[in-house]
Amino acid sequence: MATKGARTPKEVPEVPIDYRTVDRVAGPLLFVRDVANAAYGEIVEITLPNGERRQGQVLDSRKGLAIVQVFGPTMGINVEETSVKFLGEVATLAVSDEMLGRVFNGLGEPRDGGPKIVSDTRLEIVGSAMNPYSREEPSEFIQTGISTIDVNNTLVRGQKLPIFSAAGLPHNQIAAQIVRQAKLRDSSEGFAVVFAAMGITSEEANFFLKEFESTGALERAVVFLNLSSDPSMERVVTPRMALTAAEFLAYERNLHVLVILTDMTSYCEALREVSAAREEVPGRRGYPGYLYTDLATIYERAGKIHGRKGSITQLPILTMPADDVTHPIPDLTGYITEGQVYVSRELQRKGIYPPIDVLPSLSRLMSLGIGKGRTREDHRGVSDQLFAAYATGKDQRALSAIVGEEALSATDRIYLRAAERYEKEFVNQRPDEDRTIDQSLAIAWDILSDFPDSELKRIRPEYLQQFRAHPPVGGS
Amino acid sequence: MAGVVARVSGPVVLTEGLDNAKMYDVVRVGSLGLVGEIIRLVGGTATVQVYEDTTGLRPGDPVENTGQALSVELGPGLLKSIYDGVQRPLDVIQKSVGDFITRGLAAPPLDPTTKWTFAPSAKVGGEVTPGTVLGTVQETALILHKIMVPPGVRGTLKELKGGAYTVRDAIGSVQTAGGAVPLYLAQKWVVRVPRPVAQKLPPEILLVTGQRIVDSFFPVAKGGTACIPGPFGSGKTVLQQQLAKWADSDIVVYVGCGERGNEMTEVLATFPNLQDPKSKRPLMERTILIANTSNMPVAAREASVYTGITIAEYYRDMGYDVALMADSTSRWAEAMREISGRLEEMPGEEGYPAYLGRRIAEFYERAGRVVTLSPEGRTGSVTVVGAVSPPGGDTSEPVSQNTLRVARVFWALDASLASRRHFPSVNWLQSYSLYMKDLEPWYREQLSGEFVQLRQRALETLQKEAELQEIVQLVGVDALPEREKATLDVARMLREDYLQQSAFDDVDTYTSIQKQLRMLRAILSFGDREQDAIGKGATVAQLQKLPVRTKLSRMKWIPEADLKNQFDQLEAEMLQAVGAVGGA
Repeated sequence: MATKGARTPKEVPEVPIDYRTVDRVAGPLLFVRDVANAAYGEIVEITLPNGERRQGQVLDSRKGLAIVQVFGPTMGINVEETSVKFLGEVATLAVSDEMLGRVFNGLGEPRDGGPKIVSDTRLEIVGSAMNPYSREEPSEFIQTGISTIDVNNTLVRGQKLPIFSAAGLPHNQIAAQIVRQAKLRDSSEGFAVVFAAMGITSEEANFFLKEFESTGALERAVVFLNLSSDPSMERVVTPRMALTAAEFLAYERNLHVLVILTDMTSYCEALREVSAAREEVPGRRGYPGYLYTDLATIYERAGKIHGRKGSITQLPILTMPADDVTHPIPDLTGYITEGQVYVSRELQRKGIYPPIDVLPSLSRLMSLGIGKGRTREDHRGVSDQLFAAYATGKDQRALSAIVGEEALSATDRIYLRAAERYEKEFVNQRPDEDRTIDQSLAIAWDILSDFPDSELKRIRPEYLQQFRAHPPVGGS
Repeated sequence: MAGVVARVSGPVVLTEGLDNAKMYDVVRVGSLGLVGEIIRLVGGTATVQVYEDTTGLRPGDPVENTGQALSVELGPGLLKSIYDGVQRPLDVIQKSVGDFITRGLAAPPLDPTTKWTFAPSAKVGGEVTPGTVLGTVQETALILHKIMVPPGVRGTLKELKGGAYTVRDAIGSVQTAGGAVPLYLAQKWVVRVPRPVAQKLPPEILLVTGQRIVDSFFPVAKGGTACIPGPFGSGKTVLQQQLAKWADSDIVVYVGCGERGNEMTEVLATFPNLQDPKSKRPLMERTILIANTSNMPVAAREASVYTGITIAEYYRDMGYDVALMADSTSRWAEAMREISGRLEEMPGEEGYPAYLGRRIAEFYERAGRVVTLSPEGRTGSVTVVGAVSPPGGDTSEPVSQNTLRVARVFWALDASLASRRHFPSVNWLQSYSLYMKDLEPWYREQLSGEFVQLRQRALETLQKEAELQEIVQLVGVDALPEREKATLDVARMLREDYLQQSAFDDVDTYTSIQKQLRMLRAILSFGDREQDAIGKGATVAQLQKLPVRTKLSRMKWIPEADLKNQFDQLEAEMLQAVGAVGGA
């Protein structure tokens, strides 16, 4: 780990002192008096009157006072007997190959009854920022087998592509399908899955675990579970634990790591809880003003590094409160991540799976991963044309609801029909249907070929000649 | 006596006992020597915003005052560099500590070992004033770096030698009233203070960008200011990168302020392989990158836009046209808000500090076309293009509103255009440019008077389309008279065949201003012919089936080299084809 000098623990003060000077307990915060010099971010061990131990972290340190955030409930903590020990180091995670196939809690302790991870390598969980100069441009196409993603919002290795969803929508099924089917077109390189659950229900967690087990992915997975019944404060560190494990696997073990973070909304709410307890000036909807920065330190840990084989691809899942994409959590996430996959209630109601609405969806790194030599030379044009056709078709659908289909021009009626076909034939697929990129593009061409050449302006003439599936409807 | 840390809370550190603490002095905090800046003084305590992660810092740690305000080093070697927000070279840092940025790093912004060949041009014994060119250094194949007398220095040139020097070697000296002042290839400047100029000039030269909607409809002048507000995914970054690639400025300073790491990587990976359209040299040779990505420390993000604009001003002073791209100024404002919150200042709107509007205005005011401080009155310019990321795309929020008050071009990005992949998704009804009047003489002289009229007619057609669309929503398109259907048809051609421009297509990515004129003329004259033909009894449906129309929609792929020929041919064909329908 020589390359990550900053990530070794700080020098430890000679003897950690037990402080029995807890002054105040407010929400998840502990105010400890008469502390000589606690370090900002230092980890503390809290011993309760009944002997139980909990962990915490220094959030604010001044002469004679340290404010400690407790990971876990504050139940049972009192001001007289509770003792606080400052450990002189920041939060770390022991990492080794043994992590694969294991299930941990939100703080990185075993949850599956197995032994603790013992390793000489302990990494600080607050990762240092990757030097932008060291980043390698992500450009390897990951085929997910889902047409709307592969053709319209292509995922590439090292990307962070969140799933914007809402209550009652099948984001978990989509994420599981991606994990199951994701592959490079021609590759047998090692992969791993890191799964971090924050505040999800045990049913949802079991769904994922069963899914991983049945596909054999579990032995290649590291799982961090913080369920909705677990202490919410643990959630603040869970994604960082997971990403530290992922960085170890990617950059030290040369694996291609797919990280799933669910549900980021619960994470942000935990952050808001801490901020409120500290009486900070709130930003939008009570979330702290530094929510953007905080989320960025999680999402930006995706990527690839020059000269290292592994990579980290992130699929965070978040549920939009009241389906509102302008809510601070999806809004700030969208500004940091390289696109988003948008799960739509409207398509869900129509019985379409996966109900991915491509119009608000986006993959910013798409152009790097597609085209000749990567997917196919006509990919960009086909994708743009599908977007344009579907958007226009939806406009015509709204219009025909008012003026009737007869009032539309012949061309507009082709758009109307194309939007219908796009949803039913292209978007819609079985949860176990693993389409190759060529299969997906073939469906796209079949739909687009309904149009005369003059409407297919996004596609270069030579590709029209080469790939047109059939003559336009209504003759030409 | 050195000071000590009294309190740590995130990036804000309270210190005690600092000697001679002045506002905005740079201090080194803790045993690692983290870089910070004094932002508040109360009695014996100084509040410091620290440009690096403060984890592990504790009360009692030492603090040292450098006594100097945050400055940048300006000299040969800036071009092709990639810096963080406080001008630390990220490539050097990678070589010394690896792929992750560790703390307390100090690296000189300009390589102190590189020897530059200095060719003197000033006469020894002559009078020199601030801005006098002493000589030149060929910094890259594209850019001749002028070595200037720093602001504030005037007197008799006592000594000046040519030869190979590093930025640390003295190249001569000036005898001033206060004694001899040594001269170097590099100079320092405090980032928060604008570099002085002799005079500001009116904005009357177009910044040609090769982007059709920008150059034809909402142009920005050299030395002008523009803002791009838009929700995420609406194409702010792509538009800014397009401007950085193709704008006809001499130097580009690209500030990635709190944005994605992979986007900076994209710039780093693509710019060395892209050619400047004029000189055919790699674009990187005229580019400086400031990268303070979103996961890098927040206080350095606050400093990054100042670092960027100071460098831009320095090249302006040499007489160059500089374009500064700031992506995104919202992250800069949020950094201010975060620091302000930690200082427990009374918040203004939406938690932003009360001085937000002033800071934004001060920043944009540093743009301009100017007569520099120099004996011969060189002119240069700094054009500022700032992206704004309004929460939820709602531009009623404070950062957008304060920016709109000062920026004179507004490119309104529209999510609904983006979702149908109409790029650049600049909304033609909401956007505006206040430079159009100033630039009209330029268009007339450099291009033709016709262009100004064509532009006006095109905008009117699009406006008319918006009105007709409202009727269509009620009664359907078939209920419209043929003439209005033809208007809709032309508007559609304008939108799809003119305004849409693919950044990823080799040919379409850049359109010369001459080609823009020909394209506009072709579409609008097709519209005129359509109206004529309708007068003679033709229908729009007939006209739409003409093969020449498909050719019109492929105009964007006509190569620049064969412009005149192909367009002349196209126009002739169009006249003939449409005339035939009308005659029938």
